[in-house]
Amino acid sequence: MPEITRREFLKLGAAGTAGMALVPLANPLGFDLAPAKKRALDLRIAGAKEVHSLCPYCAVGCSLIAYTKEINGKAQLLQIEGDPDSPVNEGRLCPKGATAMQLATSSRRVEKPQYRAPGSSKWEEKSWDFMLDKLAQNIKASRDNTFVAQDANGNTVNRTEGIAFAGGAAFSSEEGYFATKLMRSLGVVHIEQQARV
Amino acid sequence: MTNHWRDIKHADLILINGANPAEAHPVGFQWFVKAKLDPTKGPGAGGGAKIIHADPRYTRTSAMADMYLRIRTGTDVAYFGGLINYVIQNKLYHEEYVKNYTNASFIVKQGFDFNDGLFTGYNSSTRAYDTSTWTYETEGEPIAGAPAGTTQAAAKRDKTLQDPRTVWQLMAKHYSRYTPEMVSSITGIPVDQFNAVAKMVGEMGKPDKVMTIVYAVGLTHHTTGGQLIRSGALLQLILGNMGRPGGGMNAERGHANIQGNTDHAISWEILPGYLRIPAPGQKNLDDYVRLSAPKKSDPNSWNFFGTNYRNFMVSLLKGWYGAKATKDNEYAFDFIPKPAVNSSWMSIYDQALKGKMEGVILSGMTATSIGPDSNQVMTALGKLKWLVVMDPLPTTSSEFWKAPNVDPASIQTEVFMLPTTHWIEKDGSFVNSGRWSQWKDQVIPPEGEARHDHWVLADLFDRVKTLYKNQSGKFPDPLMALTLDYKDPKKPELEEIAKEINGKNLTTGGQMASFALLKDDGTTTAGDWIYTGSYPDAGNLAKRRNGISNPTQNDPTGMGFYPNWAWSWPLNRRVMYNRASADIHGKPWDPKRPGIQWNGTTWVGDVPDYPPTMSPEDPAAWLPFIMNGEGVGRLFSNSMIDGPFPEHYEPVEAPIANPLHPQQSEDPVAFLYDQAAGRPNRFGKAADFPYVATSYRLTEHEHYVTQHVPLLVGLQPQAFVEVPAELADQKSIKSGDRVRVSSARGKLEVVALVTKRLGPITLAGNKTVYQIGIPIHWGFVGVSAEQNPDRSKYWLANALTPFVGDANARTPEFKAFLVNIEKL
Repeated sequence: MPEITRREFLKLGAAGTAGMALVPLANPLGFDLAPAKKRALDLRIAGAKEVHSLCPYCAVGCSLIAYTKEINGKAQLLQIEGDPDSPVNEGRLCPKGATAMQLATSSRRVEKPQYRAPGSSKWEEKSWDFMLDKLAQNIKASRDNTFVAQDANGNTVNRTEGIAFAGGAAFSSEEGYFATKLMRSLGVVHIEQQARV
Repeated sequence: MTNHWRDIKHADLILINGANPAEAHPVGFQWFVKAKLDPTKGPGAGGGAKIIHADPRYTRTSAMADMYLRIRTGTDVAYFGGLINYVIQNKLYHEEYVKNYTNASFIVKQGFDFNDGLFTGYNSSTRAYDTSTWTYETEGEPIAGAPAGTTQAAAKRDKTLQDPRTVWQLMAKHYSRYTPEMVSSITGIPVDQFNAVAKMVGEMGKPDKVMTIVYAVGLTHHTTGGQLIRSGALLQLILGNMGRPGGGMNAERGHANIQGNTDHAISWEILPGYLRIPAPGQKNLDDYVRLSAPKKSDPNSWNFFGTNYRNFMVSLLKGWYGAKATKDNEYAFDFIPKPAVNSSWMSIYDQALKGKMEGVILSGMTATSIGPDSNQVMTALGKLKWLVVMDPLPTTSSEFWKAPNVDPASIQTEVFMLPTTHWIEKDGSFVNSGRWSQWKDQVIPPEGEARHDHWVLADLFDRVKTLYKNQSGKFPDPLMALTLDYKDPKKPELEEIAKEINGKNLTTGGQMASFALLKDDGTTTAGDWIYTGSYPDAGNLAKRRNGISNPTQNDPTGMGFYPNWAWSWPLNRRVMYNRASADIHGKPWDPKRPGIQWNGTTWVGDVPDYPPTMSPEDPAAWLPFIMNGEGVGRLFSNSMIDGPFPEHYEPVEAPIANPLHPQQSEDPVAFLYDQAAGRPNRFGKAADFPYVATSYRLTEHEHYVTQHVPLLVGLQPQAFVEVPAELADQKSIKSGDRVRVSSARGKLEVVALVTKRLGPITLAGNKTVYQIGIPIHWGFVGVSAEQNPDRSKYWLANALTPFVGDANARTPEFKAFLVNIEKL
């Protein structure tokens, strides 16, 4: 057999696996990788817990099965697959869904709250308490500064004009509802998410 | 979507406009392919459906289509208008449906007219219409038996459709101008291709045929966005395709839970369940209902939404403000803020530019990249006192103060970056485009110090509340009164909130089973009435998982509804308006594809959009479209502020004058933010910016977040624009060359991809125009930007787009604007 690179080997394997169902002899390697691949997958998820999730990207709403294992007392994500029982995706995923695990376990996460002071050229790491206390003061001050109880025509309007809230397309529905409830109760009128944009 | 993903396989004909499902919704696209070639029927036998794709760019969707039409971006009203004209002129409409299920027979008020590109009532100084003639002639007194504020005198009708003032005759006249030649002149679609499509579409008015229209933001992102969609809906109504399996108007949405959070009203103009936000001057619930609810305008119209408007609103207020919401204080109606002016996306930054916005909270949404007019948005962010970014990953908004060419010392905005959890670190439901609310479990615990968004907000709210308890401040009453009946008010569980959204009977303590049982006397609650029924006493129905492994048991109708997989609003109905799937006697228009049908005693099939035991033979039987005042589909409607019939207008920046009425080229009420605020409009003319640009998404990226996913960055590593080969030849641009694309507002410096997917189109008789394609995904944050620090300075696609909005929805015109291109 002529020498082949790892990439070519994988390509041959993929072509062979795809071709197997139709023409077994078409496998250019002369042997079938499918059982080996299945074995590798079985080993990977053996004893793992199966948890139901959904794809975080577009709104087709593809169901996912996530496999996790407790390692050092913490659930570790091993694998994400399409859920074959879903009437929406029937197990299929696109390139984004198929790589969802890399988003889930990203090494690029913001680890701790970061604060950037006015005019500063850098982030400063701060505690959650620092951030939330300072923000609560900002929210109260901006609300009090810009609150309109009655408009020029004497109508009761009870609105906060100087604070906006935007976001939510990545929220669970219940989080979105909760955000609406809190923001409206603060008098916020500028409420928006991705529907228009 | 009026229907749902799996349902698309039932169509005979699929029109795709302003969308590229094969690339943007690839897994959903399997249902289009199944419609065309259903493998259960054996190779070659096929499902037999045809697909027609109208798009500026030949995409993988086009490759699967039976016909591809190269259309100029933003001209779909002309395309659909031409099809409407063809169907009417050749009497190919579904006559029984048009007469009985639409407002074709309603008589329009004297005085209404359309001339020289304007409907009656236009005021050029306010750039707004007085819509008082956009209504019906009425007779008699307000129809009795409906709650106060939800009825009016009955509209006059002529069921023969012959009266020249009927909606039908006015509509026929309106679209008679949309000849194949005119359509071609506007859209660039050759006449022979348009005629071939018209012939196929014309077949779809037969009762045993059904067509679906599928669209995405390629239709919404225009100053005429609302009317682009309405023009498709009109075509579907006259063909009798609304309410039927395999039919409908189906929007493919772009984010995992954009649907759920629209339903739950993270949107300035509504409260949960599409109840209108009250307006200044509405002093009580009577005013609110009178000015918000649809009005019963036919004796046989149920007007279900209007009739229940007060029940839904009181149940919401009671849920939010509990004991503080009483009959005597109008259930705390005053606690709901009443906006003075439009407060949507662009308005936020417009207010910031005016110095009136102090703080902005962004969650999973980056203003800088989204734009429009990213440079202006960054200027606006720099005028805030404070900015909060809640996100698991850095964004172009959290980093805007150190963007390329920005001096951080000049930015006085205080910025808070709060690390939040990913979807997989929390449970809760996502609602897909087909309105299916599907529950997900928490898979892994939060990473690092990341917190759930709702816990951050709950904690923040608690701290603000404490400040108001300890210090004086403006009107703390709603904060103090707000119900937070959770085990831990600072850490509510999403399951608890799901129960609250459904609502309960305060007398019995049980969960509400249906929104039809909600009351206006303070004895029921519902956080979002359209979700009432999703969480009855039996539990959370979004968790149901009876899927395709057992179709016999789980899909009893065989129509793919899978009623015990998750839950869809309203009331687990899978096809909206499904009363219209059957004829006036309750028989399905096509027995092979029934939605619901009358079996003599009850409606069976899908969950009926109708009283389950109301006989169609009852003289008092309700009309089919129970949610609007007319009881029928509206071919003519005064709910849009830019016209009761869709009309083609040019984008704010266009390469030609409108062939229909050159003196009124663009939408007369499109909202020009800069002009309205006293800032200069920055619009380019075709002489300086001769090319039409449009933006879009790629399969491998989701907006901006995937700039942090190395595998996807590897697949699509850097910003580029697609340039038609013929134009590239003229400009000596080769694939891989760096080019500058500029508009009157900003520039991009990226790699060119020369392609035959885009090509010249001929407009207005003889003008050749090129379209340039711009994927939106890149900016100055992420793996690609870090790998290309020198080249990524001008990668924000939305630096080019205009700061203008659709008159109705204020959706920006991302998809049609003018640019120039030069080789660097």
